[in-house]
Amino acid sequence: MTARLARTVSSAALVLLTAACTNYYEIPIETPIRPKLDVSAFQRVLVAGFVSGGTDDVDANLETTRLLRSQLRTKSELRVIDTDVLPLMDVANESNSQGSGGSSATSTQAPIKDEKDLEPYERVFANVEYWKKVGEEYQQPLIVTGTVMFTPHQRNSIVQREEEVYDSFGRRRVVPVRTYMERKGYILRPKFIFIDGRSGTVMHSENFREEILYNANQTTPALSSYFELMDRLIPSFLSTLSSQKIKGTRILLQ
Amino acid sequence: MRFQALLAAMLFTMAASPLAADTRSDAKKQVEFGISVAQKGLWREAIYRWERATEIDPTYAAAHNNLAIAYEHEGELNKARAAYEKALQLEPNNSYIKQNYELFKEINDRTTRKDGQ
Repeated sequence: MTARLARTVSSAALVLLTAACTNYYEIPIETPIRPKLDVSAFQRVLVAGFVSGGTDDVDANLETTRLLRSQLRTKSELRVIDTDVLPLMDVANESNSQGSGGSSATSTQAPIKDEKDLEPYERVFANVEYWKKVGEEYQQPLIVTGTVMFTPHQRNSIVQREEEVYDSFGRRRVVPVRTYMERKGYILRPKFIFIDGRSGTVMHSENFREEILYNANQTTPALSSYFELMDRLIPSFLSTLSSQKIKGTRILLQ
Repeated sequence: MRFQALLAAMLFTMAASPLAADTRSDAKKQVEFGISVAQKGLWREAIYRWERATEIDPTYAAAHNNLAIAYEHEGELNKARAAYEKALQLEPNNSYIKQNYELFKEINDRTTRKDGQ
């Protein structure tokens, strides 16, 4: 009895000693993140539109333009210009046909299914004269444009999931089970290009890639997947233009 | 002769121990004060106190850890990284410091991420 009491007292003392040795204080912090791009010269921002492709289920051009405008309206100090999206594919087709005497116009009108199909359109972003003209029209704003690929994706792989099992006494247990599964989803690959509306030149560009996969028998609307993927990269997009504060907690030690 | 050397070593240890204890005790006072002001939102004062603590006792991991947090709060991310790394170098198995550093790296990587990497 005395030995058991001694053991209990000593283990309690050990716990108390451990707690006493590690004095810590949880404290909330806000980490300010400086913007990657100096946009202090601009008062306005024009999300001009995007060259998009991948699937017909979502109009990635319209949806991205709408989403970025609404995010910038609430989370940046720049005034967002509300206007129709620019017909970038037509502009690219026009400049391509001019460049090659009209012969390649048909080749760039095919639907964009993959990254390779985007290539003929990429030249539009380097068209300084065009962007300068757009800049003059909208009082020399910061112009946001680029490409958005939203493509269906399928992958068969080994997935770990949890399964309920009951032992001989009827007790429930959850065990991890590895199974080979067919999975379907989407890949979102946007490239955001920031153009100086005063000079028409590209200031900065950023590529992103996000992917989501569901069980093959799960039916998730393409638009929901699109927003889920965009949600992941919006903070990075915003941190290019405006300073952000990231809230968190840390442990102060004594 | 051997006895004299042993005696000298013992005397040195006895003299050095209170010195080290005093150093840690002085640094600890700065750390404690830093914590109390940080909890009131006075982060610049906290930085001053924790910098003092690391000057007094450069081996005090907690002081480096707290300093890193304060730098992080002020947006001085390079200084924060250096302070976290120093704290971890001094106490590599301290789970609190490791956790703070992981959270810091997540934010820092996001800000330095370029071209979809």
